[in-house]
Amino acid sequence: MNAQLKEIQVEQVDVVIIGGGPAGLAAAAELYRRGIHNLLVIEREKQLGGILRQCIHDGFGLTRFQTALSGPEYAQRFIDTIEELNIPYITDATVLEVTHERQVTAVTREGMRTWQAKAVILTMGCRERTRGAIGIPGERPTGVLTAGVAQAYMNLFNTMPAKEVVILGSGDIGMIMARRLTLEGAHVKAVFEIQPYPSGLPRNIEQCLNDYDIPLYLSHGITAIHGNTRLTGVTVSKVDENFKPIPGTEKEYKCDTLILSVGLIPENELSLDAGVILDERTRGALVDENFQTAAEGIFAAGNVLHVHDLVDFVSIEAESLADSVAKYVIEGSLKPAAISINTDCNIGYTVPQRVSGEKEFTLSLRVKRPMKDCRIVVRQAGKEVAVKKMKKAIPAEMIRFVISHEKLVSGSDLEVCVEC
Amino acid sequence: MLKEFTCIICPNGCGISADIEIKEGGDSLIRSIEGALCPRGEIYVKQELIDPRRNIATSVLVKGGILPLASVRLTKPIPKDRIFDAMEEIKKCCLKAPVTAGTVLVENILGYDADVIVTKSVPAGKLLK
Repeated sequence: MNAQLKEIQVEQVDVVIIGGGPAGLAAAAELYRRGIHNLLVIEREKQLGGILRQCIHDGFGLTRFQTALSGPEYAQRFIDTIEELNIPYITDATVLEVTHERQVTAVTREGMRTWQAKAVILTMGCRERTRGAIGIPGERPTGVLTAGVAQAYMNLFNTMPAKEVVILGSGDIGMIMARRLTLEGAHVKAVFEIQPYPSGLPRNIEQCLNDYDIPLYLSHGITAIHGNTRLTGVTVSKVDENFKPIPGTEKEYKCDTLILSVGLIPENELSLDAGVILDERTRGALVDENFQTAAEGIFAAGNVLHVHDLVDFVSIEAESLADSVAKYVIEGSLKPAAISINTDCNIGYTVPQRVSGEKEFTLSLRVKRPMKDCRIVVRQAGKEVAVKKMKKAIPAEMIRFVISHEKLVSGSDLEVCVEC
Repeated sequence: MLKEFTCIICPNGCGISADIEIKEGGDSLIRSIEGALCPRGEIYVKQELIDPRRNIATSVLVKGGILPLASVRLTKPIPKDRIFDAMEEIKKCCLKAPVTAGTVLVENILGYDADVIVTKSVPAGKLLK
């Protein structure tokens, strides 16, 4: 064995937080406030803040800080706290492995480092689905990029990536980039969405598309990509209810750039190594109300757990996780969660997926399709334990409500359903 | 006349229906309004009818900083039809590192009582690669 490798010291720490974005920063600050000071945040990029560094638009913080901030300002509030409290963090460090025994190895500027933690917090966020993930046929020219990549080019690297633009997918970042590109002089021809309803928030349709006369076509998909070197255009078709292109509806759009805003996937490669079990619906970890995964002592929150639409709820979720992690570190274990949360066909997913029944918790969920005037009902053994009335419920909007443990009993699962 | 609005004030994005009477001289009166989860909805609709306003965010060049750009935003929304004029004004600006978030870059832009403020601090130093 290489002599240098042998010399790697295993450093002891109470908590390692993987990812210094909004979830990791909020968790770190809250842990510190709860008395856990021997912790470390590991960030892959050169600066803390995660995706917020490139989200320069405003509207962040309305729930958390009762004021509208840009992404960088929102992140800075947490970074300032980290600096004030002297919470240890390292940047430019990529975690290579997390083991089931909570050993974390990273490449850092000082070389390889390994930590043995009592608890590991996963806050790696999510990544974008790409062209490969949705299988658009056609040629392979340059000029096809995801919305987040376009956002990084423009807002971080001062590079304008497009002139004539078509956007596929009505995710929030796609719409925000439609506006951003327009402000910088590009011409955004249209946004096409394969679903019969928008996947982003209504306010973004209004302020990012309608304000700039950018049309949104629902039930439309891209069926061909043209261009040898640079993209020259795309073929768009209407789709039927099974998302199959309808012959005869093809239309050509000339453009030099196709921006994809077709969904986000929690970034869980590290989690799988550690023995974390993922939920097929969220593509994030299965967790209990303490945000503990199937691997004991390993916790997850934020976009790595389930994709959020608002950063405010990422912070709030991570703070709630930190309260549980502090308790875990101090007491050595948490109450087992034996009650499963099951859903009907109208609910996309819930987080958590199981609970102990001995602690109040926030249930986060998404509906599968838009619904009006409905009730979201939580039952145990046929008895209603919580109800939330909704004037409208849309897949784009995460629904959250607090469920008191006082009505819960042990030995029976919870059922969540939508009644219209 | 029944008109539909999507409130943009918060992420709820309330769908608001308002019965509006257009009076002689162009003034409008809201006869009834429904769909807003909070009072800000009605204030938004009133503003949309007389003078729709929006905030914008963009970036300005930074010389000598660890990042090439500092993001900026307006402290208050300005009339929607002046957004591109505001972009032109902001484009003329260039900052020298170090740049501190909160710094006022342009005061009272286009005379609308809104300032352009920096939203990202950029320390001086070699560009991060």
